[in-house]
Amino acid sequence: MTYIAKPKIVHEGLARNALGYTIRDYEGGMSTLCAGCGHDSVTAAIVQAFFELDIPPHSVGKMSGIGCSSKTPAYFLAASHGFNSVHGRMPSIATGASAANRGLHLLGVSGDGDSLSIGLGQFAHAIRRNLNMTYVLENNGVYGLTKGQFSASADVGTKAKKGEVNEQQPIDSVQMAMAQGGTFVARSFSGDKEQLVPLLKAAFKHDGFALVDVLSPCVTFNDHESSTKSYAYTRQFFHRAIHLDYIPPAKEIKAAYDEGDVMPVELHDGSRILLRKVSKEYSVNNRGAALDYIRTHQRRGEIVTGLLYIDESEPDMHGINQTTAKPLSELPFDALCPGSDALADLQNRFR
Amino acid sequence: MEPTKTTGTEYFHRVVDCQWACPAHTDVPEYIRLIAQGRFSDAYMLNRGSNVFPGILGRVCDRPCEPACRRGRVEDKAVAICRLKRVASDNRDDITDRLPTAPEKKNGKRVALVGAGCASLAVVNDLMPLGYECVIHEALDKPGGLMWTNIPSFRLPASILEEEMNYIIDMGADLRLNSPVNSLKELLDEGYDAVFVGTGAPKGKNLQIPGRDDSDRIHVGIQWLESVAFDHVDSIGENVLIIGVGNTAMDCCRTSLRLGAKDVKVMARKPRNFFKASDWELEDAEEERVEIVVNHSPKEFVIENGKLVGMNFEKMEYDIDDNGRIIEQRVVGEKFFPADDVVLAIGQDNAFPWVERDIGIEFDQWEVPVVDESTFESTLPGVFFGGDAAFGPKNIIWAVEHGHQAAISIHKYCQGQDMKQRLPRGVTLQSAKMGMHEWSYSNDFDPSARRLMPSVDLAERFNKLNIEVELGFTAEQAAQEVERCLNCDLQTVFFADLCIECDACIDICPVDCLTIAENAPEEELKKNLKSPFLNEDQPLYVSAPLKQTGRAMIKDENLCVHCGLCAERCPTAAWDMQKSKVEIPYAIDEMAQDEARCLEDRKAG
Repeated sequence: MTYIAKPKIVHEGLARNALGYTIRDYEGGMSTLCAGCGHDSVTAAIVQAFFELDIPPHSVGKMSGIGCSSKTPAYFLAASHGFNSVHGRMPSIATGASAANRGLHLLGVSGDGDSLSIGLGQFAHAIRRNLNMTYVLENNGVYGLTKGQFSASADVGTKAKKGEVNEQQPIDSVQMAMAQGGTFVARSFSGDKEQLVPLLKAAFKHDGFALVDVLSPCVTFNDHESSTKSYAYTRQFFHRAIHLDYIPPAKEIKAAYDEGDVMPVELHDGSRILLRKVSKEYSVNNRGAALDYIRTHQRRGEIVTGLLYIDESEPDMHGINQTTAKPLSELPFDALCPGSDALADLQNRFR
Repeated sequence: MEPTKTTGTEYFHRVVDCQWACPAHTDVPEYIRLIAQGRFSDAYMLNRGSNVFPGILGRVCDRPCEPACRRGRVEDKAVAICRLKRVASDNRDDITDRLPTAPEKKNGKRVALVGAGCASLAVVNDLMPLGYECVIHEALDKPGGLMWTNIPSFRLPASILEEEMNYIIDMGADLRLNSPVNSLKELLDEGYDAVFVGTGAPKGKNLQIPGRDDSDRIHVGIQWLESVAFDHVDSIGENVLIIGVGNTAMDCCRTSLRLGAKDVKVMARKPRNFFKASDWELEDAEEERVEIVVNHSPKEFVIENGKLVGMNFEKMEYDIDDNGRIIEQRVVGEKFFPADDVVLAIGQDNAFPWVERDIGIEFDQWEVPVVDESTFESTLPGVFFGGDAAFGPKNIIWAVEHGHQAAISIHKYCQGQDMKQRLPRGVTLQSAKMGMHEWSYSNDFDPSARRLMPSVDLAERFNKLNIEVELGFTAEQAAQEVERCLNCDLQTVFFADLCIECDACIDICPVDCLTIAENAPEEELKKNLKSPFLNEDQPLYVSAPLKQTGRAMIKDENLCVHCGLCAERCPTAAWDMQKSKVEIPYAIDEMAQDEARCLEDRKAG
């Protein structure tokens, strides 16, 4: 953390987006996380992604649970809506928010403790109902807020700062989301914004549940030599499987790609993502093969990153439930609550 | 790009834009911090060490520091560096016991100085404490040179001028007033060990157009100002035209208003952005309702019945290219302006009618002596030039710096040493870290705008010639203005081997001046910065390869506000804020060096 807030200086080189905002208008309060925390970098990546997507801050709902990661929504998008919920219960709150106002851009920020231990059930069900939200899981393998105990994502053999070794199997959010039927599954690293920012942009534009698991080193409790989630380890074993470029709607694709190398995927709002295989044998829309690839590399100690799986054809929660296109929050009261006669009619249908 | 070398004296000195721009390299951020702490006497003495005349310069300096000030790149206006200097001067305690003194026992060398202006006085200031005898020959009956004759007393009160000159003269200099030097040869024959010429640029340029010699109401600016300073002139006509738009023109028009002029127009040949006067001097004149008329070129003086009635001007039109240069000009008409008096302020030259051309001093084609730019020695060994006399009209702060350098040369010359072997500048660095989040300076960015200088009411200030217009900052204004300083001497020092590339510094930097990228040729790097590269005058810092990825940390020095957030956010102390101090050697340091060497020699046997 820092002792003074980042001063707001409008300098000559400060760009403005289509809405006339500068990137500083997407920032939030002063971070109280440790100096060098990966989460602060993820915050910066989120700020950049929203700025570049020209999304008005007030159209965003920031959701979080408990933990270091869950504090971070206070540090970005000061002008948006937010709900800091009970430990592990953010997906339920997000479901409610989405049900009431499907127009809201929902962004959940959680951690490995919040999502993979106390909130594992909530996490799995949010994927199952394909809730239309971006779910950023800031993954550092420890409970930083309570001084560095292993979390459920800690790898076998990794050592805590004081020396004890983890012997329990890790829960991998990415593999779980793929097995669970997740429609957008990605993994990245807080120290690689070139990869992370386009991934976040694509995730925000995906209709349905988009998981972005970000390895985000805990600089205080899990950045030592025998850690498998340190900056140095992640950089050493980082394996890019798929590179993603995000192209906004109606923008010409300018970069030169060799044919066959690049797979364009159109998103629902007309924007496109261009997927470039870094690894030849990776398959981004074959759930079984992708899982197999991730497991193979995991056994070698490698961390497979990029957009790992995408399926744009599955309906999201509103599609499954055939709700109105207009957000419930915008419906007039008499449409939202048709009265006791309508209720009686409905009940009669079940008699 | 090669990793940047920060070990020499230049890199960190350049980052301190104001100090780099100041000819005398005044340690601006340090004196502003001293003012912030209420240590006015210390701030004054720090100033005096480099610029010798803080009270004078705090009012009338040409302030090359302010256009260079980093604050002016972050927002509209620079820190009021010059007027803060005046704050230190106005609020200081008695500092007489802290002034340099001359030793009882002299070193037996005598130096003659021609002219008692700022350059000569700076030389005397540096040489007296070393034991030199200094004899100053002044033509007028007061010392000060242009500080006395050309700068009106409503900008620089006589008491301030006298006090700071006396600090020097009272060391025991032999000041001979009303003693014009009419022959350099004769002066040399008096057997001085060295001679310093600081006679300024006393000849105002003339404008030889029809009617010039037909009236005595046409004045040459600097001579006229001198006559006013000596009370030889105390009135002027109602309508006055000033020809020229330099700083002298501004002094002439404002002086006219105080001598009874009702309508004063400053006539400029070219558009506003070609004016020579400093912006603030133009503003001060316009505040006093002086009209500045652009695009009028003087054609002739109009004399009726032997009396000056006005001037005819050619109306000009200019074509200006994208770089702001005039590519074509034409006359599009003519206009008459009535005038009772005309003051010519179109520049000045140095003049040496008293220097014989056959004594070994070489003059160039413009009749200016050939002077070495680092030693200030002329082609005649032992004769030195400084101030406007050396390289033409500049300003007080340049003259002071010339004085410092000439003093070193004179000392070395008198001691039989090589003048080119001078002590080098140095830079020292010291960490400013005081605790977890505590620095030894006020690092938070204060968004306040520049304070406005309070001044005497417009009606009242014209009552007398010597009412000082500017009142100086109030305590509250000073307290706020000092916080605007960005502390550029608190350097961001990077240790590449400690960096873990967590991006923390990049994310927190309020001006996006940091980037981690693959190292590449300079042009390539400039394209890949987080914030676009906009200022070619400011350097890029490029680190050695970083440990984890081999990429480089790159810093664009242009906009850094030295808030220290990169260092606060850094988990491994790869960034540190370090206070830099630029060591500038003076004549006294050269002497200390001599003494140390002497001691060594004696020890050795």
